[in-house]
Amino acid sequence: MSYLIPRSKLAQFILLVVVFLTLCFAIEPSETNVLWRFPALFAGLPGAINGFAENLMYEWFPVEVYDPDLEEYETSALVRELTRGFSRSILFCIELIRDILLGGVKTIVAFTSWDFVDEHEWAVWPALPWTVVSGASIVMGYALRGTGLALLTALATAYIAIFGQWEPAMETLSFVLIAAPVSCLLGMGLGTAAYKSVTTETILKPLLNVAQTMPHFSYLIPVMVFFGVGDHAGAIATIIFATPPMIRLTLLGLKRVPAEVVEAGSMNGCTNRQMLYKVLIPTARRDILIGTNQVIMQCLAMAVIASFIGAKGLGFNLLLALNQLRIGQALELGICIVLIAVVLDKLSLAWANRQTDYFPDESFFRRHQYRVMFLAVFGLCLLLSFLGNLVFSGGINYFYLIPHNQGITTEPFWQSGVDWMVENWYHGLQAFNNRLILDVLMPMKTAFLGMPVSATFVLIMGIGFIIGGLRSAVIVGGFLLFIAFTEWWDRALITAYMTSFAVIVSAIFGLVIGSLCAQTSLASRAILIVCDTLQTFPSFIYLIPVIMLFGVTDTSVLLAVIVYATIPAIRYTVEGLRSVPATLQDAASMSGVNRMQRWVKIEMPLAFPHIMLGLNQTVVFALFMVIIGAMIGTEDLGQYILKALSDKNGIGNGLVLGLCVAFIGLAVDHLIHTWADQKKAVLGM
Amino acid sequence: MSLQISAENRVKPVIKCSSVYKVFGENAKKLLAQSNGLVDAKTFLVLICMKIMILVVMGLSGSGKSTLLRCISRLTDATAGKILIDGEDLRALSPNQLIELRRNKMGMVFQSFGLLPHKTVLENIAFPLQVKGQPTADSMARAMDMVELVGLHGRENYFPRQLSGGQQQRVGIARSLAVEPDIWFLDEPFSALDPLIRKEMQDEFLRLQGVLKKTILFVTHDFSEALRLADRIAIMKDGVIEQLDKPANIILNPATEYVRKFTEEVPREKVLTIGSIMEPSVDASQLSELRVAQDAIIQTVAEAILTEPKKVAVVDGQGAVVGSIHASKIISMLFGASPVAVGVA
Repeated sequence: MSYLIPRSKLAQFILLVVVFLTLCFAIEPSETNVLWRFPALFAGLPGAINGFAENLMYEWFPVEVYDPDLEEYETSALVRELTRGFSRSILFCIELIRDILLGGVKTIVAFTSWDFVDEHEWAVWPALPWTVVSGASIVMGYALRGTGLALLTALATAYIAIFGQWEPAMETLSFVLIAAPVSCLLGMGLGTAAYKSVTTETILKPLLNVAQTMPHFSYLIPVMVFFGVGDHAGAIATIIFATPPMIRLTLLGLKRVPAEVVEAGSMNGCTNRQMLYKVLIPTARRDILIGTNQVIMQCLAMAVIASFIGAKGLGFNLLLALNQLRIGQALELGICIVLIAVVLDKLSLAWANRQTDYFPDESFFRRHQYRVMFLAVFGLCLLLSFLGNLVFSGGINYFYLIPHNQGITTEPFWQSGVDWMVENWYHGLQAFNNRLILDVLMPMKTAFLGMPVSATFVLIMGIGFIIGGLRSAVIVGGFLLFIAFTEWWDRALITAYMTSFAVIVSAIFGLVIGSLCAQTSLASRAILIVCDTLQTFPSFIYLIPVIMLFGVTDTSVLLAVIVYATIPAIRYTVEGLRSVPATLQDAASMSGVNRMQRWVKIEMPLAFPHIMLGLNQTVVFALFMVIIGAMIGTEDLGQYILKALSDKNGIGNGLVLGLCVAFIGLAVDHLIHTWADQKKAVLGM
Repeated sequence: MSLQISAENRVKPVIKCSSVYKVFGENAKKLLAQSNGLVDAKTFLVLICMKIMILVVMGLSGSGKSTLLRCISRLTDATAGKILIDGEDLRALSPNQLIELRRNKMGMVFQSFGLLPHKTVLENIAFPLQVKGQPTADSMARAMDMVELVGLHGRENYFPRQLSGGQQQRVGIARSLAVEPDIWFLDEPFSALDPLIRKEMQDEFLRLQGVLKKTILFVTHDFSEALRLADRIAIMKDGVIEQLDKPANIILNPATEYVRKFTEEVPREKVLTIGSIMEPSVDASQLSELRVAQDAIIQTVAEAILTEPKKVAVVDGQGAVVGSIHASKIISMLFGASPVAVGVA
């Protein structure tokens, strides 16, 4: 038997491709042929999930609750009451912050009643003038980091106010200020729990894997079912989405704390609690801060997506602008989101890095300079906004709040730019667009859809077998089998084709740009900064310029996906190539290699495992973006997830569809990780 | 493995270990019970450290010296055996008692420093005091004293990453001394440093011990470092203490072949004292006028002794004659084929 299995991996692979092609041509495409398409055995799964959710929400474990409006007891389900209570407390926090920033009556209502507020005119919380909020945050930036951060904060707040986006920006901020800390604390708590107990870690690992490959949209549906619609639902969806990376990074950070630091902690007589708060968490700070950064990014990325289930703010406006194809406005809103993300990120970083001086030999004023400054700026800005009442006529006090339609806007400029481009480049772009669709995308799509399901299984499980043996083959096969048994196999194939196309192009771009930039340290640093900056942008932002160029087509989506997914490919290529040990470089130089040989024979093989991890990221990024692309009209799984959003019984469909996407991601993730790990082991890393 | 305790140290031992076993892995206890000594265990038979004494545990990597130190500081739990600290059974202590013991009696210096990267020099040194719950002002003042003691004045607000290796280890030393511990553990404290810095830190260490007078357990893989610093050296191999003795005795009377190999390359004249090779018998009529101190290193007085035709008197700290030495003894020690067999003072 053993001679049937060829020794070399390449021979195995060639054999696999031959078998695959034979199967492709041999199997007749017909609805009844099981080898062509598996029967949808799981077609009833969404319905079952719907039934389960309904039972949980409305029937399971009935409890008596008092209804203050009707003034009587009524029966309700336990889960429903729990989620209701949770929603209310989150909503209360969001509205408290919103009232402080923008004024309003919601908090007062929470303590009294609507009647009370209606009767008393004074019962309104006054909004803080934007000048005050801006001034206060500038002082905060200065106190934490100095002039640079103060300037950045000033710029950001001024931009938001002057462009008339203050109100939506503060609405977004109010739910980010709730979602981000909750996610961070939750993530740190669970990460620490996983560090302390192996059982917790084993349970959490697969959950995290699925959670991080599920597309954003699929979170929205269960949240909607259990928590309803509104700002709180947006915040909850954001928390669910932003917590997994925090857990992962906390765990990673804690595991990387050097053993001697922990030993030093115990020798200094730390109790368990002191060990955790004074030694472990602060020492793991670097990774935890990266986690915090990711949480903030996720929160703002979710700002747009959360608006699907009723979160107000910049995201909602951006969505509207995109739907109306108002590119200029979308761009301005996008910049607002990016600015908030950057400022929050830098402020939290500076806060975590602050330092105390224990022997200050300073006057009262120097010691309390920031408090004094804060009060002074607060008072001054308050005064300014009162003076504004006298200065500005026409009922608008520009020092208090610049209304939405009264700000500066660059929209006409961008619109004319778009018009100009359409006018001048239309034929060129259109020709490129048609070429791409007709000559590349359509044939590729047909090829993907023309694969019999059995052939796909043979190919994918075969690759799994070649890379990781029987175990990998079974794991990957299991993921695929789930998708094959749902009724969305064809849709999944379309998702797979778009993702594959994007990943191939991104990987080529990433490798080439990354390799070129890695040649000099200056270029590497520059490109890493560019990657950092681009990664700050929420994924939606990428859709703006491509729609500007190509309108609403598959090409736009693919271009956005490619740009978005190229970032990790470049980053990991540069990092991998730059981390080749100097001694090896020297050894190569002394062997007399030329530039090309160095790249092919030394740098690429050594950087390969790291580059593979980048490719993995590229796949996940591309999958996410393809699904988001459904927003502007593609016909893959994403579109169905969007449909499920507006469906009353969407939870089952949404979850199963989300799992399909997650399983595509996980299958690829498994293959790449196994491969990279093997390569690493061979290289002794 | 016999242990000779000289008269001046006949007080109660501070650290006393007997038949300590450490087996790694799961079910360690069961394995040890079944094994009859066949498992790959780290075994420490007897180890005693007296008050105000530098006991250096020397061994190559994998010999179990660090494991021994970790068992005695209970960073790892020994699988079997007795470890007594000031007569108290360390292994029987509850977690809270252990914390109390470490907060008040023990200090430890680590090979790669083990400094907290997010704290400044001052905060690192004050850390054990803050953990104990001392008020910030007090602990910072004490930490400032420690900064002075280890000569880091002016760098108290630096972060560990901004310091050189030697400076970082000074911080580690200062931190371990901040609570004024009785017992001071040092786990290869200078191994990560350059040779020149290492020499400097060894001098610093001896200076500190001259002032502070601690009971010290010092782990190293460097035999010459052990000779320089130790009052007693314990040489370990495969988890067993091969010999525990005064440095001079280890050189002059290696107990096993393994120990002898270490001593081969050692320049005796630079390590041994006159006292360790002198004859205890004194015949006053045959002595020359020259007097040499008992604890003088041979190299420093060899030239003077070699120019004397007669025997030279050896005196102790008070100037009383305790023995004699002849030039031929020094010549045979320096150039003799076999190590000189001499009695130990």
